[in-house]
Amino acid sequence: MDILQPQHTNRQYEEDLRAVRGSLLKMGGLVERQIAEAMEALVSRDTPRAREVIARDTEVNRMDLDIDEQCIRLLALHQPAASDLRFITTGLKITTDLERIGDNAVNISERVLELNEEPQLKPYLDLPRMAAAAQSMLKDSLDAFLRDDAELAGKVIERDDDVDQLNYQMYRELLSYMAEDPHTIPRATRLLFISKYLERIADHATNIAEMVVFMVKGRTIRHMDKKKHE
Amino acid sequence: MAEKLATRHLSAYFGQLCALHDINLAFPPNVVTAIIGPSGCGKSTLVRCLNRMHEVVPGARAEGEVLLDGDNIYASTVDPVMVRRRIGMVFQKPTPFPTMSIEDNVAAGLKLNGVALRRSERDRIVERSLRQAALWDEVKERLRRPGASLSGGQQQRLCVARALAVEPEVLLMDEPCSALDPISTARIEELLLELKTSYTIVLVTHNMQQAARTADLTAFLYAGELIEFGETRQIFTNPGRRETEDYITGRFG
Repeated sequence: MDILQPQHTNRQYEEDLRAVRGSLLKMGGLVERQIAEAMEALVSRDTPRAREVIARDTEVNRMDLDIDEQCIRLLALHQPAASDLRFITTGLKITTDLERIGDNAVNISERVLELNEEPQLKPYLDLPRMAAAAQSMLKDSLDAFLRDDAELAGKVIERDDDVDQLNYQMYRELLSYMAEDPHTIPRATRLLFISKYLERIADHATNIAEMVVFMVKGRTIRHMDKKKHE
Repeated sequence: MAEKLATRHLSAYFGQLCALHDINLAFPPNVVTAIIGPSGCGKSTLVRCLNRMHEVVPGARAEGEVLLDGDNIYASTVDPVMVRRRIGMVFQKPTPFPTMSIEDNVAAGLKLNGVALRRSERDRIVERSLRQAALWDEVKERLRRPGASLSGGQQQRLCVARALAVEPEVLLMDEPCSALDPISTARIEELLLELKTSYTIVLVTHNMQQAARTADLTAFLYAGELIEFGETRQIFTNPGRRETEDYITGRFG
């Protein structure tokens, strides 16, 4: 499905494929914004903003259903083959990962609502760093999808380890807070959850990148060398 | 021997026009091999070369070799009629002999091959062939009725039965479903899967989903050249050549 490829003789088919691509990128943009807003709500202790993120999830869910329907219609009506088939099946799976990322942004916002009920435990430095790493992985995986760029997708996959490492650091740091003063446990656990959500977002971005490699090369790299960290 | 039928540097001409250029293909036994490609790419010419039907057209000739069990069917000592008996063919449109009865249609090949048979032996072959073509149950009560009394799908299966009656080793099918409705098409496709346990089948088709559904191997021809040949699954999910990709995804011209 690269840009240099000649167009389909069936123009409706060509347009429908383009529409799926457009919808996926729009959904990707919305989900990126959801993460950014959720993190902003955390750092600036902005409860109304966290509520907005939660409310906006219905829009993400609607797009998920919409893209599924577009893909299923293409499969039923056009019997796509080869690169078109890989594009559509990849699209079907990417939308699921994007929807889950959206859910993770909601989860972050829910923890923010709870955290904002109490004084701030510590300055938020590592969590925004983690969020930035996960967000840039998501952005690059979607760029790789848009440009049929398997090389960029490969680099996204490599970066997953960095986020896992940051998550482990957060765990150790928050554990020491909790050991020192049991009163911090409710807040520290919530921050730990947020760290975990960000780590999951990076995993979903990795999934998307792996599917982009499949889409471009027709070769599956999922579940091969690298074990997923849970 | 891994292959039942093979072409070696096969080229085909209509007068000066080269319709097929240096085709090297191997058809393994008990496998359905589909040949796909746009109109005029040489699909039909290729299958017609495989049983020496190409040379029947005035001015047409073939170069290179076609090996059946390793023997060149174009060798000067080979009788083309014997070749066609071992390599049967079913055409695009059902071609029963319209005034002949159903059973005479099935036995027509035997008769043309000069095989003299006792009535009981002939009946046995008619029944066996019609059963193999999955038509027996529908026609057993009316074997004396004319072939033209059958529906299009039944007529095509009658032609399959006629081809099978002479016990060929290879079955060539040139667009066997192009004149049939989806139900008759499904019957023929199911039939192909059954027949491949006993025969080597070469299927020319314009219907790419048909190739995807029925063929184990697929060859893509374009402008008289063999562009790609491989497992159907591979060709339809991740073809090796750009030309194949463009054709099967519907980017023509």
